[in-house]
Amino acid sequence: MPMMMLRGNESTAYAAKLARVKVIPAYPITPSTLFPEKISELIANGEMEAEFLPVESEHSALSAAIGAAATGVRAMTATASQGLALMHEVLFIASGMRMPIVMAIGNRALSAPVNIWADQQDTIAERDSGWIQFYAETNQEALDLTLIAFKVAENDKVLLPAMMGMDAFVLTHTMEPVNVPEQQDVDEFLGEKKINYPVLDPEKPATFGAFVFPEHYMDIRYSQFIAMEHARSVIDDVFNEFEKKFGRRYSKVSGFMVDDAEIVFVTMGSMTGTARETVRKLREKGEKVGLVKITVYRPFPKEEIVSLTKNAKVVAVVDRNISPGFAGAIFTETVASYNNEKKRPKIIDFIMGLGGRDVKIENYEQVYNLAKAALRGKFKEINWIDVDEEAVKEVEGTL
Amino acid sequence: MNYEDMEFFAPGHRACAGCAAPIIVKWVLKISGPKTIVVNATGCLEVFSTPYPHTSWRLPWIHTAFENAAATASGIDAALKAIGKRDDVNIVVFGGDGGTSDIGFQSLSGMAERGHNILYIMYDNEAYMNTGIQRSSSTPFGAWTSTTQVGPSRPLGKEEFKKPIAEIMAAHKIPYVATANPAFLPDFKAKIQKALSIKGPKFIHTISSCTTGWRHDPSKTIEIMRLATETGIFPLWEIENGDFSKIKITYMPKQRKPVEEYLKPQGRFRHLFNEPEKIKEIQKMVDEWWAKFETKS
Amino acid sequence: MKISRGATITEPGSTSLEETGSWRTFRPVIRYEKCIRCMICWNFCPEPAIEKKEGENYPVANPKLIKMPVPVINYNFCKGCGICVNECPTKAIDFIREEK
Ligand SMILES: Cc1ncc(C[n+]2csc(CCOP(=O)(O)OP(=O)(O)O)c2C)c(N)n1
Ligand code: SF4
Ligand code: SF4
Ligand code: SF4
Ligand SMILES: [Mg+2]
Repeated sequence: MPMMMLRGNESTAYAAKLARVKVIPAYPITPSTLFPEKISELIANGEMEAEFLPVESEHSALSAAIGAAATGVRAMTATASQGLALMHEVLFIASGMRMPIVMAIGNRALSAPVNIWADQQDTIAERDSGWIQFYAETNQEALDLTLIAFKVAENDKVLLPAMMGMDAFVLTHTMEPVNVPEQQDVDEFLGEKKINYPVLDPEKPATFGAFVFPEHYMDIRYSQFIAMEHARSVIDDVFNEFEKKFGRRYSKVSGFMVDDAEIVFVTMGSMTGTARETVRKLREKGEKVGLVKITVYRPFPKEEIVSLTKNAKVVAVVDRNISPGFAGAIFTETVASYNNEKKRPKIIDFIMGLGGRDVKIENYEQVYNLAKAALRGKFKEINWIDVDEEAVKEVEGTL
Repeated sequence: MNYEDMEFFAPGHRACAGCAAPIIVKWVLKISGPKTIVVNATGCLEVFSTPYPHTSWRLPWIHTAFENAAATASGIDAALKAIGKRDDVNIVVFGGDGGTSDIGFQSLSGMAERGHNILYIMYDNEAYMNTGIQRSSSTPFGAWTSTTQVGPSRPLGKEEFKKPIAEIMAAHKIPYVATANPAFLPDFKAKIQKALSIKGPKFIHTISSCTTGWRHDPSKTIEIMRLATETGIFPLWEIENGDFSKIKITYMPKQRKPVEEYLKPQGRFRHLFNEPEKIKEIQKMVDEWWAKFETKS
Repeated sequence: MKISRGATITEPGSTSLEETGSWRTFRPVIRYEKCIRCMICWNFCPEPAIEKKEGENYPVANPKLIKMPVPVINYNFCKGCGICVNECPTKAIDFIREEK
């Protein structure tokens, strides 16, 4: 297996090539533009055989992907931020029609104000769209999780689209050594795309996207909900198969030094690396701290999160997103995951790294100190880390 | 093969009695035959033909959203190409005037520019009928709609002119653009046939009377569409490769009837008969179009 | 009740299980003795509720036409729009108020 120095967008483009994706409609947007560029290059060089559609919008990109998937072929696209927001309507259609499309996302802030840097608001805003959501920490993960996404999405019990997020620039544009699997191994892992749902075929006419009355709508939505529940075990199975084939282990949620930890960070995406470093550093000083990394956000791994954090005293959730009027999404869902638990740690939200603000060890140390203060009972539920309180006070007044 | 005696569009659909859209659909499908994949934009046709769990379509059919039928079709075109099954299948899109001239115009223009081998048919009932007769860019000057209400301060109804969508599509220099009218059935069939015989993007703009929105007796559907062409308001023509200098007018009325004959039986124009100079304006517009194009043809 | 994944329908043409004849307030009735079998009514019926049938057992306007197919209205689907009545060149279709 060759090691290559790849940017995140190249990792996902190679994944598309290895998955033998047949139709790739895409529209450029920072930080995911390199994906269509790389695909165009791979096709131009004769390294890849696929129909690349340089469409006129992201809305059309996903619409064309649905057309292709409905015809029975593997389809993939990539986007970010405004592009994903423009797709909003079509996201629900893709999942509602049960089309196993895969999409790579360069996680980026949403306008306004316009900002092109790392932030998970774009995909978090689409958490209800019925797509499976993976998040990569490294470019290796970006490649692997894209392949995994196809296998999960196309599973008979699932048939749902999947998106794979990687943070803007930190991953999309940064070269990292990536172990690129052999084509034959990927062929064995993924196989040819099965036709396990009706397709647009004049020999067997089917109607897609019918008008559904209250009599049936809710049951169809429920069946979609159940498919997402099925995805939980299918994802575990596919992670196992992947490990067997390629030797790299994935879990929906993975713990690091959590066993005896009193304080546990919960993170998702590229900012996990810095969190891990912080944990190591604090451990050297004898602090009982650990880390839980979320790789799969939809379906939300509620049981796994609880089982990895339930022995902690404080769970410090780090959210690279915010729902104004309440809190960060991972916090909200972590709290909800404890709904039926008798014993629960304190759960605190830390909003961090929005719009590409650097996530540094000092920031995690601050989070740690605030969590530690909470051990003694003193805490605020939602904390914005590394913001200029004075500057905000000046324009908005004091709360 | 001739499939004219086959019905690819089943009865039992929920179109209003006298709706022209199913007449258009059944004839397009009789010409395109069984090896056809249909894409439909959101609108009356999509809704009345697919009351789940039933469908009127006897051919593969897909609807995704309102503004993206051309993009959805582009993906199907690409997929068929990728699996080497492109040659013997027609891809036909049906979009309403809203789904085509307004909200779907971007994806249509993109499809045309990328050169997909697709026949796009706009069935033009000149308003957003599915949501209850709101104006579109394709609503004609002077028409009442639920968003161009007529009253003492707004005696005219729609104050703007109809967007010349077929001419705009011809300006894309795609291989084939035509206007068509099911009341002129041989011409209509010939155009569908011709369009399907040409590779690349094709666009056909067909008039599609809506008894509910145009406010006419349902039995008059064909008669009124016929008058649209006989008065010259809806001329029948075709343009290949965007060459306007070679526009071919396929039905040349010996003597164009006065526009009143078309406007009169339609409730949506009733108020115009209190504004005779507006009717003159409509007549002038029609005469101007013919003065411009008749000589070329 | 049955549903399908993604609401995909695999029974083509199945609206023909849903009859629309009850929509009618007027009933078109073909007077075959006036019918010249031009099939214009068949061309324009939007449902379509007019079927093309072999014509030998139907009354005929002109014996020369006996081999031609005839239009037969399927009242399970005819919505009574009257297009056929309006378009028939020989006024061979009566339009009669339905007794309800
Ligand atoms: C994005 C979006 N906006 C608005 C609508 C609501 N809508 C559904 S159909 C329709 C009008 C359709 O008009 P047209 O394309 O002319 O087709 P018609 O119903 O007249 O046949 C509208 C406004 C929608 N479905 N999607
Ligand atoms: S509202 Fe108009 S276009 Fe829609 S089904 Fe009725 S007649 Fe046809
Ligand atoms: S009245 Fe209308 S629906 Fe009935 S047969 Fe005639 S054209 Fe068809
Ligand atoms: S239109 Fe009239 S004459 Fe022609 S086939 Fe129908 S009923 Fe007969
Ligand atoms: Mg319309």
